[in-house]
Amino acid sequence: MPAFSARLWFSRDLREVRLFLQKAKSTTKKTADKAKLKGLLYPAVIFVIILTQLPFLLTIVFSSINWNLLKPADRQFVGLENYATVFSSGDLIPALIATITMTTMAVVSSLLLGLLFALLLDRKFKGRALARTLIITPFLVMPAAAALSWKFSMFDTNIGAVNYFAGLLGLPEPAWITDYPMVSIVIVLAWQFTPFMMLILLAGLQSQDQEVLEAAAVDGSSTWKTFQLITMPHLRVYFEIAILLGTIILLQVFDPIAILTKGTGGTKTLSYLLYERAFIGLNVGEAAAYGVIVVVITIVLATLALRTLFSVFTRGVRA
Amino acid sequence: MRHQRPNVLLTIATWVLVIIFIFPVFWTILNGFKSEFDATANPPKFLFSPDLAGYELVAQRGMLAYLWNSVVASIGSTVVVMLLSIPAAYALSVREIKQSQNTLFFLISTRFLPVAAGILPLYLILKNLGFLDNVWALAIIYAAINIPLAIWMLRSFFMEIPKEVTEAARIDGAGIIRELVRIVVPITIPGIVAAALICFIFAWNEYFIATLVTGATAKTTPPFLASFVDGRGFFLAVLSSAATLAALPVVVVGWLAQKHLVRGLSLGAIK
Repeated sequence: MPAFSARLWFSRDLREVRLFLQKAKSTTKKTADKAKLKGLLYPAVIFVIILTQLPFLLTIVFSSINWNLLKPADRQFVGLENYATVFSSGDLIPALIATITMTTMAVVSSLLLGLLFALLLDRKFKGRALARTLIITPFLVMPAAAALSWKFSMFDTNIGAVNYFAGLLGLPEPAWITDYPMVSIVIVLAWQFTPFMMLILLAGLQSQDQEVLEAAAVDGSSTWKTFQLITMPHLRVYFEIAILLGTIILLQVFDPIAILTKGTGGTKTLSYLLYERAFIGLNVGEAAAYGVIVVVITIVLATLALRTLFSVFTRGVRA
Repeated sequence: MRHQRPNVLLTIATWVLVIIFIFPVFWTILNGFKSEFDATANPPKFLFSPDLAGYELVAQRGMLAYLWNSVVASIGSTVVVMLLSIPAAYALSVREIKQSQNTLFFLISTRFLPVAAGILPLYLILKNLGFLDNVWALAIIYAAINIPLAIWMLRSFFMEIPKEVTEAARIDGAGIIRELVRIVVPITIPGIVAAALICFIFAWNEYFIATLVTGATAKTTPPFLASFVDGRGFFLAVLSSAATLAALPVVVVGWLAQKHLVRGLSLGAIK
């Protein structure tokens, strides 16, 4: 199996699909069955290519054109000029730092909380099914609704529930979103993604061989030792899946930034920066250059996480 | 007996943590049934006389139309996803076509390409074709985004069908398509429903694309909700009512699909 990282690159994808189509063509005649199978497969693949890959190709084309929406007649090829403008603007590095900071903090905190809840909810206790149902709710709540609720009824300086409880406990009561914009967003993200991490880790815990755990207990292994020597190695692959998927989704996160901070206070991530450039400004060429750069950076970041982890998807694991 | 006490304590601790964790949901639902006066009280009120003014105001602001747009976009896209993905997933599961691994990798890689990457051209194309602010155009975009996920998930269900079952059908002379419609789909209905529910969830909750390609007529619920951000004066009760209504369908659907949620989220990797 060739490295998945290479496959992420867009040009490779297209070439592979083309090769795939060519090969498919040459073998179609072999059996009527195969032809039919491909007839079942193509519509979906072509649909996806038209709507996700062709637009990206256009983005690349646009990025080499000087095109202002106010002067649509005045379009010309400018080569890499738009890229030069983007790189010299000084917005990229802060956005890259914000993206990495936000993603890392959100992944780590939701993973730890998710592990805690997975361990707690793996035990048998009264109302376990209800507790499991309740705990996945934050992941299901519409992200825009969750961000609004956190902003106005949890974080609000005057009437927010967070500071009300902080006051009861004698803790400081900051103006969360203006004093700690990054932390506020990470709290919302961690809240949303803890159930996601928990679901994956819980599936891992439940797939453990009960006999091994019982044997360990009979042999006098302490709970902590069993956890350390049996459960953790077993969970490894589940951690990998959770981190990988969590990272990919969180790298592209948009809603809480748009609603909580609008990118102020060091929270302007690559995806928010792209939105701002593409739809608030009027310069199509420059926006497209931002798009291409953001995609390349996202792919590089995702690939770093993917490279070592991808085999789990082809193998699959049984819960 | 020795283990009894710590277990009870652990159960209590678990419940306390669960309740703290879902407090924001509980609090939003509560605020939605308060008057604006009660909702903005300091300290917060836990006891109050229920008030439906928030819900009335939400209805006056035309939320029903936006909810309906969300219904059309999510269900419409899910139907398209299923029509295209069930045959495709079957083709990829039936026996190893040489290229099936490549196709699967290609599909998963589109999922990792930021949505934002192609949105600008899509926006301009829709604008030139006059499909901007069209809820069906939104549904088509959602379908394209969800197809890879659906194919991966459906394939993992199809692969679990014992070979003997499909082979028996083949010996009886059933063609591939008959085999799919008559045998595979009926056996895997629970899996297909789960995949459809997960596609519905993603489409219903989507905000970024919706806010870009829809306007006054096709606006779905998330951009409508987000417009509260710039609200002036007292609006916490009405916002909470709107948020509750907006989140309710997916919360219910998610609870129904919870058994299969993890398989969908892991693209079929965890069964």
